[in-house]
Amino acid sequence: MSTTFIEGSIAVAKTVGVCRPHVISAYPITPQTHIVEHLSELVADGEVKAEYVNVESEHSAASVVLGSSATGARTYTATTSQGFLLMIEVLFNIAGMRLPVVMTCVNRAVSAPINIWNDQQDSMTARDSGWIQLYAEDNQEASDMHLQAFKIAENKDIMLPVMICMDGFVLTHSFDPVELISQEQADKFLPPFKPEYYLTPKNPLTFGAMVGPDGYMETRYFIEKTMHASLQVISNVATDFHNQFGRFQGGLIDTYKVEDASLVLVAMGSIIGTIKDIVDELRAKGQKVGVLKVRSYRPFPKDEIYKALSHVKEIAVVEKAVSLGYGGILVNEIKSVFYGKPKTPKINGFILGLGGRDITADTIHQVIKETAKAASEEKFVGLNEALIGGK
Amino acid sequence: MRLDLGAIAKAGSSKANQTGSWRNYKPIFHQVKCIGCGLCKIYCPEGCVTMIEKKKYTVDYTYCKGCGICAEECSSSDIEMIVEEK
Ligand code: SF4
Ligand code: SF4
Repeated sequence: MSTTFIEGSIAVAKTVGVCRPHVISAYPITPQTHIVEHLSELVADGEVKAEYVNVESEHSAASVVLGSSATGARTYTATTSQGFLLMIEVLFNIAGMRLPVVMTCVNRAVSAPINIWNDQQDSMTARDSGWIQLYAEDNQEASDMHLQAFKIAENKDIMLPVMICMDGFVLTHSFDPVELISQEQADKFLPPFKPEYYLTPKNPLTFGAMVGPDGYMETRYFIEKTMHASLQVISNVATDFHNQFGRFQGGLIDTYKVEDASLVLVAMGSIIGTIKDIVDELRAKGQKVGVLKVRSYRPFPKDEIYKALSHVKEIAVVEKAVSLGYGGILVNEIKSVFYGKPKTPKINGFILGLGGRDITADTIHQVIKETAKAASEEKFVGLNEALIGGK
Repeated sequence: MRLDLGAIAKAGSSKANQTGSWRNYKPIFHQVKCIGCGLCKIYCPEGCVTMIEKKKYTVDYTYCKGCGICAEECSSSDIEMIVEEK
């Protein structure tokens, strides 16, 4: 196994390449571009034997992977932000037709105003689409998650699409040492895609036909049921990966110094790295702080989260997305984990880092300071007071 | 149909969706002024208009959803939409 100093996007492209996709279709958009550019080079150079379909929009890219997946092809696409929003109609169709497409959602803020920098509003907007959503903490995990994604998606008991979410720029454009996955290793981990049903003239089928009030509800019921079943599959695949590669980045969640903690920060994505540094710093001063990473956001691992946090006194949820008119999204789901349970910790929510606003050590320290105050509340952290006219 | 797997079905199974039940208005093909242009057949979104002979077209009410496009497009106003009482 070789460690390479490599840009996050290129690492992801190389991993997707060794997954032997048959069809790749994408439309370039910042900050997703490097991933699909590099894949198109790999295809043009003959290193990846895939059909690379250039299209005129993200709606078409998603439609191409939908159609080709229905023929039994292993397919991949990637997008971000506005492109992601343009795909959404098709994303629901892909999930509804139970097609195991894998995509990367490079996380970026959504317009207006135009902003190309990182937050997680785009993928959070499709949380109810029926896609499994996994959030990567660093480039090693982002790269490794793609190999795992195909195995989860194509599991015959799952057959749902998987979205790997990785923070735009913070991960995609940063250079890190990454252990790349070789073709041989990928082949050992990921069996060829052999769906039970696929489009072929030999056995004509209808995908996505109309289903009226007499059956539609059952199709949603089955997706919901499968989402729950996928909890086990996601963690099994992470364990398989650990066994073969020796790396473990968490199954449904990952915890860092949570066991004896009285305050735990909960978050998703690259911010976990920053928080871990602060945790180490505070631990050195004797403060019992830990961090819980939500790796699988959909399906939402309620039981695992409860098990990990049931002893905790205070929870601070930090997130880079907001449900306008309601507040934090993740924080309210974390709150629901404790509903009806004997002991409820104090749960504070913090919205930060929107549109690429820097999240520094100070930001995290401020979160911890606010949490120590009595009230349980949700607030924006890191606002520029000069721009909002004071408090 | 496998509802547990995205409603994958045998080809042609959309025939089970008998859209005739959606109808509030029903087209009557008078077959009097018809000039045989075939527009009704071409425009019908359900594909349920057929030609019996050159100037005689008819409709399959099992699938006709009563949208009225055939009547709107008819070159000789030979199709009439009437309220269907059920
Ligand atoms: S009413 Fe609509 S569905 Fe019925 S025959 Fe005319 S065009 Fe076709
Ligand atoms: S559109 Fe009218 S005139 Fe033309 S074929 Fe149909 S019924 Fe006859």
